[in-house]
Amino acid sequence: MIEQEADIVFNRMIARNTFLMALKSPEITSLARPGQFVMVRVSKSADPLLRRPFSICGTRGGDCFMILYRVVGVGTAILRNAGKGDRLSVLGPLGRPFDFSEKGKTSFLVAGGIGIAPLLFLAGVMDPGECMLLAGYGTSAEVVPVEQVGLSQENLLIATDDGTLGHKGVVTDLLEGQLGKWRRGRPVLFACGPLPMLKRVAAMSFERELECQVSVETAMACGIGACQGCAVRASSRETQPYLQVCRHGPVFSIRSLDWKAL
Amino acid sequence: MTGDRPDLTVNIGSIELNNPVLAASGTFGYGEQYAEVVDLSRLGGIVVKGLSLRPRPGNPPPRIVETPCGMLNAIGLANMGLEEFLNEKLPWLRKLDTVVIVNIYGHNVEEYGMVAEGLRGAEGISALEVNVSCPNVEQGGMAFGTDPDASARVTEQVLKKADKPVIVKLTPNVTDIRSVAQAVERAGAHGISLINTLSGMAIDVEKRVPRLANVSGGLSGPAIRPVALYMVYQVVRAVNLPVIGVGGIMNYRDALEFLIAGARAVQVGTANFVNPSTMLEIIEGLERFCRAQGIIDINEIIGSLKED
Repeated sequence: MIEQEADIVFNRMIARNTFLMALKSPEITSLARPGQFVMVRVSKSADPLLRRPFSICGTRGGDCFMILYRVVGVGTAILRNAGKGDRLSVLGPLGRPFDFSEKGKTSFLVAGGIGIAPLLFLAGVMDPGECMLLAGYGTSAEVVPVEQVGLSQENLLIATDDGTLGHKGVVTDLLEGQLGKWRRGRPVLFACGPLPMLKRVAAMSFERELECQVSVETAMACGIGACQGCAVRASSRETQPYLQVCRHGPVFSIRSLDWKAL
Repeated sequence: MTGDRPDLTVNIGSIELNNPVLAASGTFGYGEQYAEVVDLSRLGGIVVKGLSLRPRPGNPPPRIVETPCGMLNAIGLANMGLEEFLNEKLPWLRKLDTVVIVNIYGHNVEEYGMVAEGLRGAEGISALEVNVSCPNVEQGGMAFGTDPDASARVTEQVLKKADKPVIVKLTPNVTDIRSVAQAVERAGAHGISLINTLSGMAIDVEKRVPRLANVSGGLSGPAIRPVALYMVYQVVRAVNLPVIGVGGIMNYRDALEFLIAGARAVQVGTANFVNPSTMLEIIEGLERFCRAQGIIDINEIIGSLKED
């Protein structure tokens, strides 16, 4: 875990309301693993007060890491106006990364909206022949161009709610279709996105007895396990009633979480 | 003398601190997370997470929400309980070259005493801080702290069972904090820390539901600093006990306000989340300030407020 002031290399809009920011930090970049996040201080003022957590969505040239964010509130509205030459205080890399140690298995990476961020990093380090990225958005204007983080369009399927690009419908339709025709062993699932989507992916995984890891989002204060503000209900197989998203997650096996309480 | 390092040593009763900057309970865990980025031996001390007799799971989420210049929390004193603390955390804390104060909590008067008794003989603990001020638990906590007599009863019970100095942490959610402070002083406390968080709430207007599952929470951060400062000012003048100032301190100038008002030391809480190095920066800032003012001993600043 490193705390430092990092230079912004670029901060550009790559889809509607969606920004890709690169920050220079050889230290954080060399430690970062897919699924981990950084806590970013968006301004030095007392309002807004707290740092914001952002998944790391990739690295560049060994000394930069990138975050992908959608402007949704006060913090991200400040962030969108930052640019090259500005510095931001960053703390990271934090949290438990995805576990993708199993070789030879196909992985489905299931993304809802801006939840694609940690999965872009994961897709970038996986063997392209072994992973398929399924991404859902509201409309085509929101679609994140994956080549911006160095990925190819191959093995990418897109769904939009309004049908303006790819499949008309939700990303779990795509997953359903893929799993329905899958005949090459048991795939592993990795998912990040809105809660209803995660619940659907988890239910499909339980039904088919597939291994599935999800990256979960909550409000956070410290990001490092001190405040216990980011608790989520654990399943009965865990020894404690709550797990901390910042420390025990943000990546969890679906079997660690109490899905009814989420 | 101005080139020399000013002496930042302060005393809270019999406890000597290398400098007046402590980590506030509940914002620093047991220090181990922060140890990666902060040299803990440079701190005045650490007040560890509120400890209860048995483990407490804490409140359901959402537990926190950001508010203007602050945040609300309703963690609910989630902690591992006395036994695990003694076995798993204290040995590590003992190795740190810093003062460790244990914040304790009970459901009832007897239970406060039982936690204090359980910590008897435990090496590496400099003092107890009695939490009669947590707003986020159904029993105990603030229920005692809002009543001078109940605060005194808890204090007496802890003093009876403890073998260490006892500091009582007060809640600001009262009409007259001086009467609680005086009751605690009469009961024999060795020191007072204040303030704990202010009760508050926030509502999600789209969903029309409270933003915290607990409905209410405790407000912390710079938003509460003027309230905290005035209460410290009042209590310093109402009792003869050493007072530790807590509430929204973000930098050395904030800390100076509390020291000038008469606090012997300060605790830093929410600011640790924003910037893990806050306490070190405050210590450095106090040193710089003393040097610039030609002050060789920080005690010259404490209680130096000029009033007509």
